[in-house]
Amino acid sequence: MSLALHAGFLAGAWLVLAAAAIPLTRSPRGSEVFYVLAALVSAAGAASAIYAAIGTLPLTLSVPIGLPGLGTRLRLDALSAVFAVIVNGAACITSLYAIGYGREEPEPLRVLPAYALFLFGMNLVLIADDAFSFLIAWEFMSLSSWVLVVVRHRDAESRRAGLLYLMMAALGTIALLFAFGVLAGGEGAYTFDAVRGRTLTPITAGIALLLVLIGTGSKSGLVPLHAWLPPAHAAAPSQVSALMSGVMTKVGVYGFIRIVFDLLGPPVWWWSMLVLALGGLTCVLGVLYALMQHDLKRLLAYHTVENIGIIYIGLGLALGFEAYGMNWAAALALTAALFHVFNHCSFKSLLFLGAGAVQTSTGERDMEKLGGLIHRMPRTAFLFLVGCVAISALPPLNGFVSEWLTFQAILLSPDIPNWGLKFLVPAVGAILALSAALAAACFVKAFGVSFLGRPRSPAAERAHETDPFSLAAMGLFALLCALAGIFPGIVIDLLSPAVSLLVGSKMPVQAALPWLSIVPIAESRSSYNGLIFFLFIAFSASLAALAIHRFASDKLRRAPSWDCGYPDPSPWTQYTASSFAQPIRRVFGTFVFRARETVEMPAPGDMGAARMHLELRDLIWDYLYAPAAAFVGFAAEALNPLQFQTIRRYLGLVFLALVSLLLVLALWP
Amino acid sequence: MAVIRQIVLEGAQLLLVLALAPLFTGYVRKVKARLLRRRGPPVWQPYLDLARLLRKEVVLAENASWLFRAVPYLVFAATWVAAALVPTFVSGLASGHAADLIAIVALIASTRFFLALAGLDVGTSFGGIGSSREMMFATLAEPAMIMIVFTLALIAGSTQLSTIAEVFVGPSVGLRVSLGLALVALVLVAIAENSRVPVDNPATHLELTMVHEAMVLEYSGRHLALIELAAALKLLLYASLIACVFAPWGIAPSGAGLLAFAIGVLLYGAKVAVIGFLLAFFETSIAKMRVFRVPEFLGVALMLGLLGTLLLFVTRSL
Amino acid sequence: MRGIAFDIAHLLAGSLVLVSLLQLYQDRLSALLNTFALHAFVLALSVAWQAFVQDAPHLFVTALIALVFKAIVIPVALHRIIIRLGIHREIETVGGIGLTMLAGVGLVALSIMLMLRLTAYADPLARIDFAFALAVVLIGLMMMVTRRNAVSQVVGFMSLENGLILAATGARGMPLVVEISVAFSVLIAFIVIGIFLFRIRERFDTVDVGALDRFRGDRR
Repeated sequence: MSLALHAGFLAGAWLVLAAAAIPLTRSPRGSEVFYVLAALVSAAGAASAIYAAIGTLPLTLSVPIGLPGLGTRLRLDALSAVFAVIVNGAACITSLYAIGYGREEPEPLRVLPAYALFLFGMNLVLIADDAFSFLIAWEFMSLSSWVLVVVRHRDAESRRAGLLYLMMAALGTIALLFAFGVLAGGEGAYTFDAVRGRTLTPITAGIALLLVLIGTGSKSGLVPLHAWLPPAHAAAPSQVSALMSGVMTKVGVYGFIRIVFDLLGPPVWWWSMLVLALGGLTCVLGVLYALMQHDLKRLLAYHTVENIGIIYIGLGLALGFEAYGMNWAAALALTAALFHVFNHCSFKSLLFLGAGAVQTSTGERDMEKLGGLIHRMPRTAFLFLVGCVAISALPPLNGFVSEWLTFQAILLSPDIPNWGLKFLVPAVGAILALSAALAAACFVKAFGVSFLGRPRSPAAERAHETDPFSLAAMGLFALLCALAGIFPGIVIDLLSPAVSLLVGSKMPVQAALPWLSIVPIAESRSSYNGLIFFLFIAFSASLAALAIHRFASDKLRRAPSWDCGYPDPSPWTQYTASSFAQPIRRVFGTFVFRARETVEMPAPGDMGAARMHLELRDLIWDYLYAPAAAFVGFAAEALNPLQFQTIRRYLGLVFLALVSLLLVLALWP
Repeated sequence: MAVIRQIVLEGAQLLLVLALAPLFTGYVRKVKARLLRRRGPPVWQPYLDLARLLRKEVVLAENASWLFRAVPYLVFAATWVAAALVPTFVSGLASGHAADLIAIVALIASTRFFLALAGLDVGTSFGGIGSSREMMFATLAEPAMIMIVFTLALIAGSTQLSTIAEVFVGPSVGLRVSLGLALVALVLVAIAENSRVPVDNPATHLELTMVHEAMVLEYSGRHLALIELAAALKLLLYASLIACVFAPWGIAPSGAGLLAFAIGVLLYGAKVAVIGFLLAFFETSIAKMRVFRVPEFLGVALMLGLLGTLLLFVTRSL
Repeated sequence: MRGIAFDIAHLLAGSLVLVSLLQLYQDRLSALLNTFALHAFVLALSVAWQAFVQDAPHLFVTALIALVFKAIVIPVALHRIIIRLGIHREIETVGGIGLTMLAGVGLVALSIMLMLRLTAYADPLARIDFAFALAVVLIGLMMMVTRRNAVSQVVGFMSLENGLILAATGARGMPLVVEISVAFSVLIAFIVIGIFLFRIRERFDTVDVGALDRFRGDRR
């Protein structure tokens, strides 16, 4: 089927839906109708991408709308198809969730049109084939998501989050603008085909890489450009947070892959080192930040930063392998990165939807006021647990598979003949393993403090189960996590067209292997079989259960928990989120966050309360963002007198500028 | 025919580790007692303890959830599968192709994840102490273990345990610095993961000194039996791992005859006995560290593993 | 090139690096001195093995000197000194053992990277030994920098010297006269340092170099 049909349907459907949202908000069930339509449109988008992918790729289309002499070029190739399926699939399931969640929205007029435009923008980025349509679609995506972030505009925190997001998005777009300018060069090669045809000098390619890292990195949340991500994701409504965290960050990754792997030509070794170092830093800082949070959504948002770091580590490894001609290893690393893109989309969206369910049900986002929800919201708790297990990279779910593939890629890297990489890759491997362990601790804390234990506030006691649409959506994501973990070979085979497009090689065909194992290089090296693993564990668990029920006593009695003889009815004696994280904070946080705890104990005999004071500093904010903001303020103050000059002075400035430009023209050799 | 042979061998390995685990724990306790000039409980005491616990009634806290009741089964199943995946007297089984060393490490991580959740479930401070400390130890023990896996995999060319065992038996490995570093690191990690002195005292119930015991404090009856059996299996798992990797002589390939298997079982028993003796000796000669000294202890293991991997990245001959 | 001689030499040199890293981990003075004795013992083994492999009997004398002086005499004497000074139970506050160990591993990585690149055409046996020796020297130097107690600085200096001896034996042909003069100068230095420690202790009641800093001459 032609791209014209796909693109036309895409544009038409989303724009019509955006326009239709306005009258729909007037009727009481209008938002439900909207979200049903949104789910159908995104499902159709995913289906058409799959249908196009089965046919011959790439599909191209040139539309004469847009800049004169340039028009708009669109292209759907294997990479776009993979991302389109991921984006539209997640959007479909999230819209299903929003049918139930969106009922409670007090200002639907602010949310619904922007939601449709957001999805339109993201889809358009994936098929853009020239610099201008790419940037326009990118800005569409940023602006509509900004509208969604400031939905709760009366809340000062949301406004601040929105402002920070807008500035970082603008910074990213400017960087991308310059990047495309550098790539276009003197002849104005603005279409991607023209850029592919150019050969770039090493300096040009290096500058372009740095600009692309700033531009797409700020959208995905690469340290140090991540500061907008947690406030924005926490402030937006939950279906939007899920989309921003699970999908929009992936569109940023798509931008990076498209420009660096497709347009920049053969990579150089220092690109790999830079991406690996940034990925590793992002990974470990993201999860350490997440461990310090007690707001559930901010924790999840910081954790997104960590997962983006993992994806960039895979991409960095792929660049390194490609720079030295080991394309088969690059295919493995790239497959690991793309698999993680799919994984993160599924489990992070699941977790955000769960957090949204908790927020609607209790009105609280702060974990220190939750607890005991497993009894009151059992199905949500179970699905959230599946998400936690998946994100902690525990077998047999999908998080483990992408981590396993990344480790296998790292084990191939001693063959890279570059000294810097020989030292960086093991260090990054250690950082990756450290972040995986920290992530498991983070999610024990998130699930344990919010759902387990006893309720810490009346709001938590009054919690109730969420509506069936939310549960169905979360269940679908959980099912995806389980299926991708047990049948990873299918996912790898689906990703291989995109991988072979980008690095010219791909992993061995997994479907041909017996018993659905996955094998990165050869059977003799390593293999993993999710299905047999899962069956083995299920078999031993059932055997254990059967044996116990046959041979052991089955009596059971409920009693109060062990309290050393001092009964404590107050739920405040149980561990809170900060107390759970305290050992880790003490080990890692004293260095990374300058964490300082001071305890004020009352004098003996004094019945007053003891106080603990915890101070954490965000060093990246203090040393990067705050000085930058201060500099902008200083520059603005310094330039302010220009607003208040006399007419003669202004004329003088104009005259001076004109004369100096003429001088330059006269003296130019 | 070959499939039936594989299944029989797999089943034999499963039953062997299950039967041997409480005996190993009892043996270590007996050696410790003897070294401290006590008589000590008989070597088969853990079997009697398990039987007693199975007969008893489960006392469940009032707000314990379904997760609390399900965790012992999950933890036991995962640890049992992990222990059965390590070649004891036979290598080259089909299950080795399903799960390699990284998968075994991740299985242990998942048991720890669920136990920590169970600790938080009841909503008392004991569980919180145990869970938070255990997760802190895990944040350093798991990367150290992964670095050790990398070192072994880089030497052997694969992450599958049977391949590693086969390569290490051969002459091409020799005495390498990175293997020495990996051995020291593995011993440190094994001590931390099994909650042994100096990281945690397995016999204590004082709250200031508990880590693993604090997490499972609320368990009783058949649930506690499963958890104790899982802990014994984990200890045997690490002992088998050290034996399989650093003393792989006697492990028969899966096609060998009955005599080779019998010799393999005897040698395996001897290796595990030596390791148990060394563990008991080490535990009685050192004091328990305070909690915040353990990250430095595990940090050493992580550094050594990293150094071993680094050496192998840089030159193939180290 | 996978000979057993190769392996044992590397194993012993690697163990020396391992013991250096272990020295960084200690925070009690008596444990530090015991680790230093182990350090000297491993050095003696390494030098003895080199003597065996290179067929150079004078290196056996070096090994014996290292064993007797540095593994036995000096640690015993230092133990006595710290008991007399009363600091044998002191837990030194080093600036973060985790960070120090991380820096130690970084130094090992640096020395390997440097040595293997610079000596690309040298004897493979010696190259890696040089890399380890440089690592031991750097770690000894770092120990002198990051410790506050004068006795630990002395230990750091001694382990630095051990690294130099390892490098010299690896280079094939360290004449005995060099070793004797080096050992003699170390002995003299040690006696002088010991005397100074007592004088300082008498005067200022402490050997903490941070506290000593307050009593320096011209202050800004």
